[in-house]
Amino acid sequence: MTAHQLDIQADLVEEVLVRFLRSEAGKFGFSRCLLGLSGGIDSAVAAGLAVRAFGPENVLGVMMPYRTSDPASERDALEVAEKLGLIGRKVDISPMADGYLQAEDVQDRMRRGNVMARCRMIVLYDLSVEWGGLVIGTSNKTEALLGYSTQFGDYASALNPIGDLYKHQVRQLARHLDLPASVIEKAPSADLFAGQTDEQELGFTYEQADRLLYLLVDERYDEAQLVEAGFERDFVAKVVQRVAANQYKRLPPIIAKLSSRTINHDFRYLRSWGR
Amino acid sequence: MPTKIQIAQIDPALGNLDANLGLHRTEITAARESGAEMLLFPELSLTGYFLKDQTAEVALERDSEELEAIREQSKELTIGVGFVERAPDGRLYNAYAIFEDQQLLHVHRKVHLVTYGMFEESRDFAAGDHFEVAQSKHGKLGVLICEDLWHAPSSWLYFLKGVEIFLVPSAGPARGVSAEHAGLGSQNTWSNLLTSTSTLSQSWSIYINRVGCEDGITFAGGSQAIDPFGAQVADLDSLGSGRLTFEVDLRACERARIQTPLRRDEKPWLVLRDLQHIVDPPR
Repeated sequence: MTAHQLDIQADLVEEVLVRFLRSEAGKFGFSRCLLGLSGGIDSAVAAGLAVRAFGPENVLGVMMPYRTSDPASERDALEVAEKLGLIGRKVDISPMADGYLQAEDVQDRMRRGNVMARCRMIVLYDLSVEWGGLVIGTSNKTEALLGYSTQFGDYASALNPIGDLYKHQVRQLARHLDLPASVIEKAPSADLFAGQTDEQELGFTYEQADRLLYLLVDERYDEAQLVEAGFERDFVAKVVQRVAANQYKRLPPIIAKLSSRTINHDFRYLRSWGR
Repeated sequence: MPTKIQIAQIDPALGNLDANLGLHRTEITAARESGAEMLLFPELSLTGYFLKDQTAEVALERDSEELEAIREQSKELTIGVGFVERAPDGRLYNAYAIFEDQQLLHVHRKVHLVTYGMFEESRDFAAGDHFEVAQSKHGKLGVLICEDLWHAPSSWLYFLKGVEIFLVPSAGPARGVSAEHAGLGSQNTWSNLLTSTSTLSQSWSIYINRVGCEDGITFAGGSQAIDPFGAQVADLDSLGSGRLTFEVDLRACERARIQTPLRRDEKPWLVLRDLQHIVDPPR
């Protein structure tokens, strides 16, 4: 038995993911990429992998603070950029976000957070043209399953190297990639307002969520088996409900079928089509 | 005399016959240069794997231009290639052709299509219905396309028919990165299956896996050869493209079969009797 049920072979994972990035980008003629650098661990790991796949001179790390973002996040992002040697760039999204948020007087925290996430998506997809690279995703398996992300916002990307890694595994990979300790150890936060942490907002810890999701998704435990495995019934029900309720975020939009051959229903081709 | 075999662990383009034919030509030239007598490609090497609606679009008849091009190259170099076969009745098969001395020696149609988890072969392919030994000048060959090996009777039927070398072309994905084991879980399972198959049949097992990615699924490579005693004699321990060359000596089968005469002692009549009861239980 290893120390933790979710422990991975970090060197092997690094190799698979670096090959994945090169192969999938290469098929479409890309040898460069870009991603949002939040100062958090997920984007740092994605950046570390991208730098190993494409070389630091071919990775653009974009810092996109909003005026209420914690300045510490930017400092951490800069430290990641410096450590990895990638090309850093800062785009302040306050004017573009406020252009809408103030004009429409949006006060709701969730709405404001989603607008910011979508502004960042707009910046990344625009810069991808200027930079000539693909947008790398930075959402991990835990948050994707829980739906703790913004549709068409931070969840938008061309390639996601860490989407099949739980938060625990992202942390392990971060240590393997020798990322700054401050980034690895700080409490995960969406940084929508001061002092916010993911775990506070979710109501449970990533450690708990990871263990449960691993058994639920990877090992196909049902709710009764999860309770038997030692998880509280309410927690199990809450997580199971979240996973199902957020399935829409993980799939392309629903297309109403009319013809004999409909996109995504029975018009079946991979993106790798012909490549 | 031993046969020098070369494995081409390649990364085919998805549904791009021209590009893949070019890749095959390069490998054929390399095999000739290295003095190989047999060159083996992975499952669906001419087409790529997750074809879905491309399956029918890249299907080839046995006398198609593309397969003819391979056949012509097979003088003194036996070549195994994976392709989508369009049968005369219009059915599509996940097939593997063996060309020898400019003849089409054999075609195996995958019997055990994989349709679970990430796989949906039964949606696009018809299933083959038999395992026939290919009598090559290099020995009696039994082709087991990927999942065919996972069903024990496949190799056992070949074994009874006198197989000496199993060819196992695959498109095996890489998965299982837990720290509870070393290396890919999927690769460890394959090594176990191949070793067991060789041990139980005193035959060579040659695993020809592909590499590369198709929409996020990485193929695991790790092509290898197992001798009739169950020992791994060659191994391309890599997720990348590469070539593996080794010698296969049929006399090793003889020695292994003298040491452990499993084939002599098989009781197929007993199996048949029991199977009859299982398939058609007495009322």
